Amino acid sequence: MNSIVILITAICLTLMSGFFGWQRSKNIHNLRSRPIYHGMNHGLKVALPMMMTASIWLISDNLIIKPTVMSDLTHNNQITLADPDFHYLQIVQIADGLIKENAFNATINKAVEHYRVTKQNTDSAIFWMMIIAGLLGFRGVTKKFHRNTPAREQVERIIKLLLAASSGVAVLTTAGIVLALLFETLRFFNQVPFTEFLFGTHWSPQMAIRADQVGSSGAFGALPLFAGTLLIALIAMAVAVPVGLYSAIYLSEYAQPKIRVVAKPALEILAGIPTVVYGFFAALTVAPLIVDLCEHFGISASSESALAAGLVMGVMIIPFVSSLSEDVISAVPQSLRDGSLAMGATKAETIVKVVLPSALPGIVSALLLAFSRAIGETMIVVMAAGLAANMTANPLESVTTITAQIVTTLVGDQSFDSPKTLSAFALGLTLFCFTLMLNIIALRVVRKYREQYA
Amino acid sequence: MPDQNLIQQQKRDRRRMFADMRFRAYGILGLMIAGGALLFLLGNIFTTGYDAFRQTVITMEFNLNTDDLGISQTASVEAIQQANTLKVAKQALYALFPEVSKSKDKRNLYKLISLGAEHDIRNQLFNHPESIGSKVTLTVPMSSDVDQFYKASQRGEEIKSRLDQQQQQWLQTLINKKMVTVKFNSDFFTRADSRYPEIAGIGGAVVGSIYTLMICLLISFPLGVAAAIYLEEFSRDSFITRIVEANINNLAAVPSVIFGLLGLAVILNTFNAPRSTPLAGGIVLALMTLPTIIIACRSAIKTVPPSIREAGMAMGASKIQVVFHHVMPAAMSGTLTGTIIGLAQALGETAPLLMIGMVAFIANVPGTPTDPATALPVQIYLWAESAERGFVEKTAAAIMVIIVFLIVMNLLAVLIRNKTRISNK
Repeated sequence: MNSIVILITAICLTLMSGFFGWQRSKNIHNLRSRPIYHGMNHGLKVALPMMMTASIWLISDNLIIKPTVMSDLTHNNQITLADPDFHYLQIVQIADGLIKENAFNATINKAVEHYRVTKQNTDSAIFWMMIIAGLLGFRGVTKKFHRNTPAREQVERIIKLLLAASSGVAVLTTAGIVLALLFETLRFFNQVPFTEFLFGTHWSPQMAIRADQVGSSGAFGALPLFAGTLLIALIAMAVAVPVGLYSAIYLSEYAQPKIRVVAKPALEILAGIPTVVYGFFAALTVAPLIVDLCEHFGISASSESALAAGLVMGVMIIPFVSSLSEDVISAVPQSLRDGSLAMGATKAETIVKVVLPSALPGIVSALLLAFSRAIGETMIVVMAAGLAANMTANPLESVTTITAQIVTTLVGDQSFDSPKTLSAFALGLTLFCFTLMLNIIALRVVRKYREQYA
Repeated sequence: MPDQNLIQQQKRDRRRMFADMRFRAYGILGLMIAGGALLFLLGNIFTTGYDAFRQTVITMEFNLNTDDLGISQTASVEAIQQANTLKVAKQALYALFPEVSKSKDKRNLYKLISLGAEHDIRNQLFNHPESIGSKVTLTVPMSSDVDQFYKASQRGEEIKSRLDQQQQQWLQTLINKKMVTVKFNSDFFTRADSRYPEIAGIGGAVVGSIYTLMICLLISFPLGVAAAIYLEEFSRDSFITRIVEANINNLAAVPSVIFGLLGLAVILNTFNAPRSTPLAGGIVLALMTLPTIIIACRSAIKTVPPSIREAGMAMGASKIQVVFHHVMPAAMSGTLTGTIIGLAQALGETAPLLMIGMVAFIANVPGTPTDPATALPVQIYLWAESAERGFVEKTAAAIMVIIVFLIVMNLLAVLIRNKTRISNK
């Protein structure tokens, strides 16, 4: 069934009910609530039950359709599937027309047909349940309708509930992230020992899919990835910290207001450019430039060097350093500067010895936030840093990072049982914990600092 | 001697003065490095990409005779789909070079013309079925290699071309006959992706991005505003609210790949949103944009003076009425500004979309948000990774388009902010 038809049906029923409630209360004298609230009450009491029923759709697939189709597939054919999730994904994709039907595999084709029928039946069942729920809601609200019905209070209570539920979405998102990452990571550690992941020095997630295939057995030592991530992030910070800090100092202490008005937004543009653009720039322009330059001095450099990715990433995070630092530097009370200048210090001495030390906590947290940005940055490293998991401190060599590995293992079709796919979630959890820690520390430092001068 | 002291002091003062100037120069240098990097980046993109908006085309006479096409004068739509337009295109080109007879040479000769020629002839058949059997003059694109070569020679540059000596000679003949021209490549904006750079366009990706952003807006705006209203106006300072607040702040700093993992594990695999579609992409981006909108809306609500609320309450309005009739209209501009900035970020987001499968090669412009599609930044990524040389300038051109979109969105945000600033006075 078409989702747009369902949506329109639901909206029509809601509007009809609302219109009915509005019309019937319009000509009643001494109404407790205004007719418009009766209309809204009628509408909401129909819409809410329908919405709740419709939410079954979200879980219908995993709860009803998948077990039916898969049990039928395995039961009828007396086969056991090594990776049911992967086959199910294939069936769904064939049914949706995303991939071509497999002409040679009649079993799969039958399962696809079975999937289509089951899905259709489930869909129409839920649809009718939704309609019935709406009608029941309508019956409830019309039965209770009365001159004295506190329609406004009821509507407001519902609205308040909806508002509260909306603010819960953010919590649910975090919970979803944590649960999904934890769940898949635990599955990963069932297959790969925890110590190998954290302390192993060899990373090659490519595994033989079938037993008879020639291929590496897969190694999941993530240390080279951590090292690569750190190397690139440190190069980025080496660019962003001096440039960003000096810009911030100049803008807040020296610059004329005219310059500040132009320069500040110009710096922010750097943060607004999509990262894929930086990736293209790094791969197409900066990397060949570095190779040429190194050749000039007789050094060999990889065309996918950590340096290119790091330099470009550094440019990207300049505004994260500069704008936050500028805020904290401007927040330093003028009296401190005046005191220092009155003692005969030059402006530079004042800044270095008075302003910066008192702005230090804020600057540190700005740097931490920028660092967490650099670690979580994806597209630049995917496009410019390559995929070779080298453990090296040489910035001219190719390294890979956590984010680049997550993306490359998950692009394209993947089977959900292989350690290769699951490793992405383990890496994701590591990344999540690390950036979360950095952010919490940074936010705490900022808060403490704000109180100091408040 | 007192003089000695004075000299030393003067020396020291001069050193301190120089140190001060040096410090200031470092600041200027920092700014200049940042600005220079920005200019270098934009200039580099522009010089790489500006020529992609022009396409080398050839104007030729095509003989649409029924024998070559293999269809009759009154062919149906399906028959036209099957028509052998490739043969017509080949015959038209071979007719210009009767001296070319070897089949290998013929093959090389036809490499001058893009595969888009067949497509254009077929369009001619569709739009003007009466022209079947007659001769028509059409302008069709030339192949990417010719396009690169010709545009470079017009700029006066020498490039390493994949065209061999013979092909270059043929091309020169065509140029001398004044058949080859360069025109504005309007197809670039309407066509979808293609394996052939000369007929690849960003139309499909732009539509995909628009659908994705629409879904994102439809989900994140109501949810974000509602959450902000609740946190700002209704929640008491309880333990739960504090958790929610900390949550939102942390969510805003979670790397985008993590949202990709969430989309893959939860939205695709648990809730079974259709893979590779703007619907799934929009949901993931909505979750990413949500914190931005909530934070912007909350700070907008905070700026509404309490007197407005008190006046509303004093007139007997309920809390909900005060919020929806008085506070929110006043806070709307700040909310909208934040929303547009959030959407601009979502427009440039690539990694999560890659992970939920929006990297598939899609040769059609998507019709609905539940069709498989790609998005503008993903298209940029795909083209940037492509080995074909002709895609380099296309990539830069697509980047220019996305940057124009971003500039427009940010200008809109600034406009809204400035307008309300005046009305608040």
